[in-house]
Amino acid sequence: MANGAETSVLALTDLYPMVTTRLRSATLGFYTLLLSCGVLFLVAAGLGIHAMVAGHDKFYNVYREVPWGILISTYVFFVVTSTGLCLVSSIGHVFGNRDFMPIAKRSVFLSIATILSGFFVIAFEIKIPWRMAIYNIISPNLTSNIWWMGTLYGIYLVFMFAEYVFLLMDKHKPAVFCGFSGSVAGIAAHSNLGAVFGLLMGREFWHGPYMPIYFIASAMMTGCSVIILFHCLGYKVNGEEMPASMKNALRVTAKLGVLLISVIMFFTTWKMITGLAGRPAGKYEAVMALLNGPYALNFWVFEVGLGMVFPLVMFVRSKGENLKMMLYGAIAMIVGIFVMRYDLVVMGQLVPVFHELGVNEYKHLLSYTPSLYETIITLGGFGLTAFLFLLGEKLFAGHKVEEHTTIHESIDAHEEEHGPVFQPSYAHTEDTTL
Amino acid sequence: MKPTKHDLSMKNNEGTENVPMAERRHFLKMGLAITGIFAGGTIFSALSVIDKVFASTDEFTDKYPYKPHYGMMLFQNRCIDCERCIAACGETNHVPQEGYRTRILMREMPDAVGLKREFIPVLCNHCNVPQCTRVCPTKATYKNPENGIVMMNTSKCIGCLTCQLGCPYNARYFNEEKHAVDKCNFCFDTRLSLGEKLTACAAACPTGCRVFGDLSDKTSDLYKAVHQLERPIWVLRPEAGTRPNVFYSKDVTAVTFK
Repeated sequence: MANGAETSVLALTDLYPMVTTRLRSATLGFYTLLLSCGVLFLVAAGLGIHAMVAGHDKFYNVYREVPWGILISTYVFFVVTSTGLCLVSSIGHVFGNRDFMPIAKRSVFLSIATILSGFFVIAFEIKIPWRMAIYNIISPNLTSNIWWMGTLYGIYLVFMFAEYVFLLMDKHKPAVFCGFSGSVAGIAAHSNLGAVFGLLMGREFWHGPYMPIYFIASAMMTGCSVIILFHCLGYKVNGEEMPASMKNALRVTAKLGVLLISVIMFFTTWKMITGLAGRPAGKYEAVMALLNGPYALNFWVFEVGLGMVFPLVMFVRSKGENLKMMLYGAIAMIVGIFVMRYDLVVMGQLVPVFHELGVNEYKHLLSYTPSLYETIITLGGFGLTAFLFLLGEKLFAGHKVEEHTTIHESIDAHEEEHGPVFQPSYAHTEDTTL
Repeated sequence: MKPTKHDLSMKNNEGTENVPMAERRHFLKMGLAITGIFAGGTIFSALSVIDKVFASTDEFTDKYPYKPHYGMMLFQNRCIDCERCIAACGETNHVPQEGYRTRILMREMPDAVGLKREFIPVLCNHCNVPQCTRVCPTKATYKNPENGIVMMNTSKCIGCLTCQLGCPYNARYFNEEKHAVDKCNFCFDTRLSLGEKLTACAAACPTGCRVFGDLSDKTSDLYKAVHQLERPIWVLRPEAGTRPNVFYSKDVTAVTFK
């Protein structure tokens, strides 16, 4: 059992020179990139505030029939990514699979960075976000999935943040506790995000139990690709050679990625078939728009091609050894998944609610194209993630991870001192011969 | 087995070619009225009105015991698209140009017998099981426990617009002036609470298309219009399960084919 508590004592006076030394070690290219990401983020924030003050309707292309646009889908993308990072990394440092341990610190840090980016983007989509801070607390609606999602993601963020701090302090027991709690909150929050869509009756493309389940599976799929991407980039930024333990961690991550891509392919296939068989009203039109309509390019090239087939081929052919192939696969997958989220959010709204009525006004599918403001705020979200990632690499010196306690080991240690934690119900029959 | 008196197989087939045109049209009209081909959406046949629309069963009054229980019946073929309802609504409730609380949709059937187009007024259905209130994170939109009107508390609205997606009737829009989602409230603040008996749209309608009233009052025109078996009644998008309090019907007998 690791016992790093004594070694991690750090006086505050040491902190300043340590941080400045780490930051000074960076190259000019690093600073240029960091500055560009920071500027992108600030420009996006400026435009978002401008739209908020002057009226969203003047700068965003969302409208009455399509109230959720690219900012919502980008928010979904970021929280999918964050949940995925949390879940995949927890396999190692919470649940004790040693292969996954080296990816823990960077993944936890990035799960915080990505969820903050998600919050940044959605703050500019919600019309009056400051009211949310007040009325989410004093006037909660417990039947609302949005309320649960917001609240649970708030809890999740606190746990993830605490977990990262404990990891930095080498306090492994509380880190494992926070990691476990964060994973539970993350799963609850993320499936609630799926339920935001899935529980809307009368929105046929979304309605049903599919969405909450799909969201969790696709979160883990996204987590795999993002872990591969950022760990490859992290070592590049720091100019270090990847150690064998990290290569092994990425190999098993890619393996898990193959499994999850297959799961999502299976899900997507049946989603499409259920939309076609019997031509269900409302769903059929949306599925056809994806398969053979205005969104066919998005679906076949981005979702299927870049999001699933290409990374699957790359991950399998890399055999977990060829990092370059894995990196290309991961990048393609992230682009594909971003488009998946966009199509999922937008397509659910494009079949008008009165389509079946056959009235002139709603005979055809609706349309939506992001505005310049929406696009820049979306890019600003990516800017924030990149900025935090780059800063994190230098500030936390490449997120090095030592072997540490897992939840099993915590329980074992606890049991050694205090007796068994879980008393099996069959314990009293232990000696009985059957 | 001895054939019964009404065994149709024992009758001589007189052939469809011998049925007079007037008889055919009458039959067709009856069929269309009952199955509701004219009406669009998903239609309830006349016999299942009370069960499906839940307007008069004991279960309905137990479950939704509003008093008054406001609702509206729209006689679809009385609408002439004069849009006085929209204008009256806009003026009474200060609806901005870019939004609307009620609207008239048009359906055209160039190959229909008789009339080639019809108008369908739409508004908030003040559902008994509203989805908008369920999805709202802050209870900014709620169902008034006394009269069943789905209302807005604008100061609590965070503008997430989930209610707009939850509503299967496209009855909500974001009002930039109010900084909140806005919707029809049956003119509660502007008319009903001030003693008026009708909503602005119902009062302005020159053809009697919009019948507004109290479903808990058995003497009201609305109650009588909903609780009968002679005209088909339907609600829009019943599959959404929202149990609307806005009903649709037609004056079938008024239709003449020339």
